[in-house]
Amino acid sequence: MKFGVMKPHRRRKLFLILFLLVVSGSSVGLTLMALRENINLFYSPAEIVSGTAPVNKLIRAGGMVLEDSIFRSENNLEVRFIVTDMQDSEFTIFYNGILPDLFREGQGVVARGSLNEDGVFLAEEVLAKHDENYMPPEVADVINQAHAEPSK
Amino acid sequence: MWSLFHKLGSPRPFYEISDRLLPILGCLTVIFLSVGTIWALGFAPPDYQQGESVRIMYVHVPSAIVAQSSYMIMAIAGAVFLIWRIKIADIALQCAAPIGASLTLLALATGAIWGKPTWGAWWVWDARLTSTLILFFLFIGVIVLRSAKEGSEAVGRATATLAVVGLVNLPVIKFSVDWWFTLHQSSSFSLTEKPSMPVEMWLPLVVMVAGFYLFFFYVWIFSVRTEILKREYRSQWVRFIHDV
Repeated sequence: MKFGVMKPHRRRKLFLILFLLVVSGSSVGLTLMALRENINLFYSPAEIVSGTAPVNKLIRAGGMVLEDSIFRSENNLEVRFIVTDMQDSEFTIFYNGILPDLFREGQGVVARGSLNEDGVFLAEEVLAKHDENYMPPEVADVINQAHAEPSK
Repeated sequence: MWSLFHKLGSPRPFYEISDRLLPILGCLTVIFLSVGTIWALGFAPPDYQQGESVRIMYVHVPSAIVAQSSYMIMAIAGAVFLIWRIKIADIALQCAAPIGASLTLLALATGAIWGKPTWGAWWVWDARLTSTLILFFLFIGVIVLRSAKEGSEAVGRATATLAVVGLVNLPVIKFSVDWWFTLHQSSSFSLTEKPSMPVEMWLPLVVMVAGFYLFFFYVWIFSVRTEILKREYRSQWVRFIHDV
């Protein structure tokens, strides 16, 4: 089955198929590259802060919920929290509704809503983004304790 | 080595060799899937954040992996058919498509069931989910196109071309979580790094993945055999085997 032994018309077919794959692959690749902005599910905190994200338009924004930044209203479901990219961009999200179970500090979120002129994001829906880490509860407890120890 | 390939390329030796292989495959499938299911549902630990719903992963991940592999196998069969005109490659392509479509649907469904409690949404149009939906449509397209005319070689060539071109979607699925911002998490496994999951979680997962692969090959070979009989029912050897 070496190329040398392959009959010429079959070798031609093989190259035709490879050519077809390269052409369709690069056309799909170029299309996806051109649509990159649209394929991204959400705007990052840096894009929100720098003004790349459109104002007063329905968009999605995502990032990590900053530690100690969640403020809940006492008499309704209103909640306010800060979303960060763990570098130096952060913005505030206002939301009125039920948050998913996984919503917590230090967890990724993706919110759908609009950005107002003051750079505050008014969310209509907040989704929790799960990361790729899995562990049993006992292990998580041990890690949390280990984190808590030095601060004592 | 090559003589075995040549043998498997023609219907009759394939039928005879797979006759001996199939019971072994079937037994292994039952063993792996039952051990994996009991282990995953009964003994694997819950997750610190997702709780018990993490067990959906033990069906979701294997079905997604094997769905993509079955597309790969289907496309390779298509290329072999286009280059060497081996009829059994056309049969192999035709038989892989429904299994791949079912597995993709299973991955999409289990993903949605997991997504609702974890993310808060059944479905989002992020790159991973959308490209997997496209994979499902590709399988459907192959099934529909192939069924345009049973056993026709021209239809077989058209189907094989579609299957080969659709290969472009596989790297898009694989790398979608790295190339774009998606809601779907990135892979917990890679060749270079340690899995971001403890051994008591990934070991049953590996058993399930193996079980799903075995299941795929069992059903695939089974239906290739059936299709061989359907296409060759006039030939002497088929009449000889199934002499009623």
